Parts: sequence; structure tokens; C-alpha cells
Amino acid sequence: MSTIIAPAEKTEVVPEPITPWKPSQKTKSVSIIVFLASLFLSAAIVLLTGLAGIDGFGLALFCVVIVVTTVRNLRSNQKSRKDAFVGVFVASAAMLAFFPWMSIFASVIVKGVRGLQPNFLVENMQFTTPDDELNMGGAAHAVIGSMLMVSIAAAITLPLGILSGVYLTEIRGRLTFLVRFVVQSMSGVPSIVAGLFVYTTFVDYTSKFSGMAGALALAVLMLPTVARTAEEVLKLVPDDLRSASYALGARQWRTSLMVVLPTVRSGLMTAAILGVARVIGETAPLLLTSLSNNSFIFNPLGGPIGSLPTYIFGLLQIGTENSINRAWTGSLVLLILVLVLFTTARYVGGKDKR
Amino acid sequence: MSQTVQTSVMSMSDGQSESPVVLGLETRNIHAWFGKHHVLKDISLKFPEKTVTGLIGPSGCGKSTFIRLLNRMHEFIPGAAMAGQVLHDGHDIYSPEVDAAAIRLKVGMVFQKPNPFPAMNIRENVLSGIKLAHLKVADHDSIVERCLTRAGLWKEVKDRLTATGGSLSGGQQQRLCIARSLAVEPNVLLMDEPCSALDPGSTLRIEETIKELAEKIAVVIVTHNMQQAARVSDYCAFFLTDGGPGYLVEADATKKLFTNPGDTRTADYVQGKFG
Amino acid sequence: MSISPGLQATPEARELSVIFNRADRIFRRIVTAGALTSLILLGLIGTFLFVRSAQIFNDRGLKFITGSNWTAGSGDGVIPDDFSIGPMLTGTLLVSLIALVLSMPLAIGGALFVEFYATPGLKKVLTTLLDLAAAIPSLIFGLWGVVFFSSYGERWSDLLNSRFGWLPLMKVQNEVFGRSPFVAGCVLASLITPIITSVSREVFSRTPRDLVDTCYALGSTRWGAIKTVVLPFGKSGVIGGAMLGLGRALGETVAVYLLLNIVFRYNFRILESEGGNIASLIALKFGEATEYELKALVAAGFVLFLLTLVVNIVAASIVERSTRHR
Repeated sequence: MSTIIAPAEKTEVVPEPITPWKPSQKTKSVSIIVFLASLFLSAAIVLLTGLAGIDGFGLALFCVVIVVTTVRNLRSNQKSRKDAFVGVFVASAAMLAFFPWMSIFASVIVKGVRGLQPNFLVENMQFTTPDDELNMGGAAHAVIGSMLMVSIAAAITLPLGILSGVYLTEIRGRLTFLVRFVVQSMSGVPSIVAGLFVYTTFVDYTSKFSGMAGALALAVLMLPTVARTAEEVLKLVPDDLRSASYALGARQWRTSLMVVLPTVRSGLMTAAILGVARVIGETAPLLLTSLSNNSFIFNPLGGPIGSLPTYIFGLLQIGTENSINRAWTGSLVLLILVLVLFTTARYVGGKDKR
Repeated sequence: MSQTVQTSVMSMSDGQSESPVVLGLETRNIHAWFGKHHVLKDISLKFPEKTVTGLIGPSGCGKSTFIRLLNRMHEFIPGAAMAGQVLHDGHDIYSPEVDAAAIRLKVGMVFQKPNPFPAMNIRENVLSGIKLAHLKVADHDSIVERCLTRAGLWKEVKDRLTATGGSLSGGQQQRLCIARSLAVEPNVLLMDEPCSALDPGSTLRIEETIKELAEKIAVVIVTHNMQQAARVSDYCAFFLTDGGPGYLVEADATKKLFTNPGDTRTADYVQGKFG
Repeated sequence: MSISPGLQATPEARELSVIFNRADRIFRRIVTAGALTSLILLGLIGTFLFVRSAQIFNDRGLKFITGSNWTAGSGDGVIPDDFSIGPMLTGTLLVSLIALVLSMPLAIGGALFVEFYATPGLKKVLTTLLDLAAAIPSLIFGLWGVVFFSSYGERWSDLLNSRFGWLPLMKVQNEVFGRSPFVAGCVLASLITPIITSVSREVFSRTPRDLVDTCYALGSTRWGAIKTVVLPFGKSGVIGGAMLGLGRALGETVAVYLLLNIVFRYNFRILESEGGNIASLIALKFGEATEYELKALVAAGFVLFLLTLVVNIVAASIVERSTRHR
């Protein structure tokens, strides 16, 4: 045997790429048909037996799928059979894990959209009771209050967060480990504790509940998120850039302020936005600091102020049909705000890389 | 497309009358793609039992893709596609009724970096394949001893089989990985640059091991190291790319390829003029 | 060239004074001060809460933790003030544990599904949605729990009670199944599941591709690779994520407030319609509290602060250790 070249015809024609490991069209159709049949069978079980509701359907579907998997794997070996069953369990666990928030997205949209009328976004609740029809009154005061408080909170935490990020990446002093550890632990401070803290300090000192107090409580909760994101962003700045600046004779402060920070400007914006998204739905601290209000308040030191979370919370406690509907609409607005913030953060954050 | 496949099948059956079924691996008109990117073009090679075949060529010429096609690891990369046939003991491993996991048991693989399972000790590492594949084996102790002996590691570790794999040196770890692949008794062993992360001493030990393994099975080794290819392999295949898909320039007995290559590009490469 | 005689002395101190001029030093001081705010803030939170509630700890001592009453006195001394958080503390732990036990298998299954079972397209969508789900305010979970989930929760409770009522855990005194630790725990579980799933998925995605490939090369199935490589590799990260989720559950206010019948009595029957946690106690009593009661609420907040701080420090060190090793 002098060569290892296999006896095959040399051909200049490039064949079509194939993927023989993927299930063929036939196998795929069979799987889809079997799955649809399982769905129908489960629906039949729900109709014919005592099982009822979404949970009953889920349980029936699970049992049917287990039976189907058993039958389809009768001829395969123990190893593949185990793999198939684990696959069913993993998929079921995932369905269960994802069901609540998918259900939340769905119900907030479906139930919230009814009350999402122009008046909801421009009017306040000064002359409307929660029980009135949905075409009266609105949450504009709450949106404005929330915006006011998160803006102040962001204005406070952004510089502090950036400083802490700069410390962790540029200065790298003796306290690096401690600072990182404290930021990490602080992210777990319960929101109500932040509220209590501001209550015992700022509210006590000014002897007044106010938007400023609410903003301070939110700032406490926001700081860890902003600091951590800022650190992550600054870590991405290549060391070459710093070296280049030093090589030109620049001092450290000039290097940090004029070379490092500007390159991650949009990343730092992302940090602020993510911080806002983290706190915009916080309710508990506001119950102890800014309370709530039914009219427009623009002065952060002018006493209790409305906000979306406290607005929703208040409506929920009233518990009549229209008030609950208003709460859903408020939740929809809140969720849209979070979504917009996230999308913006992603979009802005993507800019640095380009 | 089906026509090309058909002709190659026919030529195979024609060829069978002249040469018997190759025990080991054989590829016929193999192509590979990642998405739209054609990375490997028309490779037909034989890897018979009891030989060591070196795959050489500059980086990016598709050697690693090729070796991963041989035990169906290629398909784990999203967007991967292929064409042609890979025959293991004469049977196409890509035909629809074949169980890929069963093929990987017969065609083992050792990776670039030594990677013993971190949560297991030496003994468990050797036996991991048996456990993963649900093989029924009576005597675990004798398997551990036999595989470690074949991998040239038994004498060094026989008194500390319960130590973790991480406590071994890099070269020992790689030989442990070889022992792990041997436990499921493959008749082909694929090695993707198995020595590139090791020091020269450990490299020589692994090369000895490879030669001993080739007394029984087929070994296919990808290497960037010309001297290693010359030392360890019986046959060599030289891959190249001109910016497009990688292709086979020539394949021959190692001695011939290194002393009297049929292509000037091969001559240039084995003399270290590029790559 | 000659070797200078002072070479043995460490040149470090001198180097510092050479590199940083005045402007640099000022810059470094400002940045350090900024970075220390979080440290100071954390200290201030602890200090202020403790100072403001010191009177309570002084008056009541350990009884504040172990006692089981929360009674505001009549002011004239006929009925004395009696504030302690025993039932709320055990309630906090009970509800959080239920949430954790329910969410762990779901979160691990969800993370495995996204990382190893979903198609690339689905994986991308689910990863994005998961990050968003982890940011849904707890208030909305509370609303969903009250309007949507509670009827299911009641039915499941009824079912559990009728089948497993002989277990002390599943006994009830009144057959009213709403607003129980179990129902609140379920909603808390759905609240922390996205968080734990998100962390676990992240950890699983960092499993060395090499090790997974090795498993497949040894003839393993997907489950074999997960069991042998992915789960051992991700273990500490998943535990860290679970601790983060636990911290979140321990401090949750509105979801528990809305879904639990807050009753001051030690209760370990998870289907019974009574319970509570410290955070919801604070929200409940804050509005109408007397000055002394407010101090007691601040004291309760201090206990909660310490509890979550410990959990978070443990979580942070586990996560830190698991990321540092690789």
C-alpha cells in the first residue's frame, strides 16, 4: 500500500452542502403531528375528566408527552431513553419557569391596554375617584413624579458610580477588594430598609415626606447597579490606550478624564439607564419616603408626591373593578418604561463597540 | 447533488471488488461548510488500521474541521454542513440510521489542551467514557490498568489513582486523556494537535505512546510540527488553502513526502519556507 | 556603568512621589472619596438604623427577637407596649425557603433549556426576555399574584391539603386556602426564578467547550455531558445565584404584603391563611405607628438588614470564589 488517497473520482463540481445529522423533513413532520396530537389528547382529557384550567391542561400534556416519549423510545437503548426523558423534564421545568413572566407580559398587555386612553397619560386623579370610568382621570402626575425622582436619583448616583468604577479600574488602590465587596453586598439591601434609612435621616431632618426623600432612597438602591456596570464598562478599555496616553507625557488625571472616560461615554450612559430601570418600579421605599399624591407636584421638596408604583399600589388596595383596571394600565406604562430603558441601554451600549 | 453522491457510491462498490473494505476510516469527496463559507474541498483519504497518519498544513486550511468530520463532532457547530462520505469499517457514518454517539465510541478523540474532568480523580477519569456511554463492563480495575498502561502512565500513577487529574503534570494529564479515550475501545483515535500545549519532554513521551497505539488501531494526528509528523507518522497528508476552501495537495508515505514530494508547495512547506 | 549602592532598598515609595504630582493626588483623592461613598453609606445605614432603634433593643433585649406579640399600648400604661418580631422573622424565613425550594429546579431546568436545548434563534430571544423578566418590578408580580395566580394557588393548596393533610406541614385549622405562606411563596418563587435562571445560564455558558466536546467524543448523550461537566462546573455559580434570589425573597415587601394574611402568631403550616414577613410588617404598620412603635419598626428593619447582609456577603464570596478560580 503506497498511498492513502482513497479511490474516489476527482470531480470539479462542488456538491450541495447537506446536514445529515438534522432530522429529515419526514421526521420533523412526524414530530409536529405527534405533538399536535398530544395537545388535542390533553385537551380531550381536560374536557372529559375532572382536570380543568391551564394547570390541568399542563399536567395532562406532561403525562401524555411522557407516555409518547416512552412509546417512541421503546426500541432505543437505555442511554438515549434516559436522555429523552431528561429532555422532557428540562423542557417542562423551563415551561414552568417561563410561564409566570410570560403570563405577566400577556396579562399586563391584555388588561392594561383597555385603560390606555389619552386621558390616562395627561390627567391626574385630583378630581377623579379610582372607581370612576376609565375615560376619566389618569396617571400623568404619577409618571411625572416617578420621572422626577429617578432623574434626581440618577443625577446623584451617576457621578458616584463613575468615581467608584474609576477607582476600581484606574486607581486600583488598597481598598479595591473592599469597595468591590461592599458594592456587591449593597446590591442586596432590601428596598424597604433603604426607605427606612432615608426616613430616619432625611425625612426626620426635614420633618417632611417629599420627592427628594424618595429620590434619595432610590439612589441608595441604584448606586450598586450603576457602580458595577461602570466598572464592567471601564474594564473593557484596552490598557494600550492608557499606556499611549502616559507615553505622551499625560498625567493620570488627564489620562482618566480625557482619554479613558470619553471612550466609554455611551457605556456610562448604559450604566445610568440600567440603574434607572432597576429602581423605577420600586414601591416599598416610596411608601416610607414620598408617600403618594393625586395632583401634579413639580417641587421635589414640596411634600408628598405621586409615583407610578405607589399609584398602582394604592389602586390595588381599593380593589374595585375599575381601580384594578387602572392598576393594570399603570403596570403597562411601568413595564413599557422598563422595556424602553432596556432597549435604549442595549442600543447605546452597543455604540461603544462600533 | 444526488447524482454526485450516486456516482461516488457506485465507484465505491466498483472499487470494492479490487480492494477489500478498509478497516479504519476512509473519506470520499468530503466537503465542509460553516454557513455559506466553504472551508474544505473534496478530500478523499484512507486511514487504515495499524497506521499513524499525520495531517499537516498551515493554520486555517481546514485540518481541524476535517478531523472533526471524522467522528461527527463537526455537527455541533451551528450552521455546519458537509457533503461526501466518511466510511468507518466500510459503513457510511453519516447515513441516517447511524447513531452518532455509537460512532464516537469507535472513533475516539484527544484534544489540543489536556482536559481531564476536574471533578473526578484519575481512576474515575479513565472510566468516565464507560459510564457516559452506559457500557456494561465487569472488571473496572483491569480496564483502568490496561488503559493507563497503553497510555504509558500506569507506572507513574498506580499508587495514587484517587488523586485528582489536576494534580498531574501537563504531559501526564494528556496521557490520562489518551487513556480515557482508550477505555471505550475505539479502533481509530483522532488527535488534534495533542502536544502543542506541552513541553518537549512530554511531547516525546506522547509520541512513543502514539507509536505503541498504532500497533493495534488507526491514529490520525493533526500537527503543526514538521519534525513531529516526520517522527511519528507512517503517512502524511498535506492540506493547503489559497484563501478559499482548504484542499488536499498530496498524501503519501511520510518518508516520500519529506524527501521526495510530488508538489513544489509540499517541498516548500516541509522545509519550513512558509506556514 | 556602575551599580548604585542603594539598590537593595525598595524604591517603591520614591516612585509614587515621582509619578503623581499635585493634580494627580487631588484627582486620586476625589476618586477614592467617591468610591468610598458606598462603603460609608452602608455603614451609615447600619449605624442610623441601630441608633434610632437602640431604645427598643435596650428595653426589650432578646425578647424583641423571640417574643410573639406586636401590640401597641393604650398610651396611659393600662395596656403596655409589647413589640417583638418572632413570628415575622420565622415567617420571613418560611416564605423565602418555600420560594427557594420551588424556584431552584425550575431555574436550573430553565437555564439548561436556554443554553443546551433551545435552537440558536430561540436562545437569543429567551436570553433577552430573561434579562427583561428579571427586571419586572415586584409590584407587578404582586398584582399578577392577586388577580391571576391566587385562584390557582388556592386550588393547589386544597388539593395538597386533601392528599397530604396528615403531614404537620400541610395541616390547616381553617379551610380557607388563600393568602397563605404557600401562595405567597409561589409568587415569590416566580419573582426570583428569572434572577436565578439568568445567573445560572450565564455560569453554564462559561463551561469550557472543550470539556463538553470531550464528553460527546466519548459517546455521551446531551444529558451525560450536562451531568458530567456542566453541572459540576456551574455548581458554585448556581449556589451564588440562589443566594442572591434568597436575599431578594427575604427583603421582598409588596408581593408578600399583597398575598399574605399578616397575622401575629407562629405558624409553620404552609397552607394556613396566616403568616407575614418583616418587610411587609414595616409597610403595614408604618402609616399609623406611634413614635415608640416606629422605633420598633426601625429595629425590625435593622434585623432584616443584618439578615440580608449576611446572606449577600455569603453569596458574594461564593460567586467571587467561583469566578476567581478560572
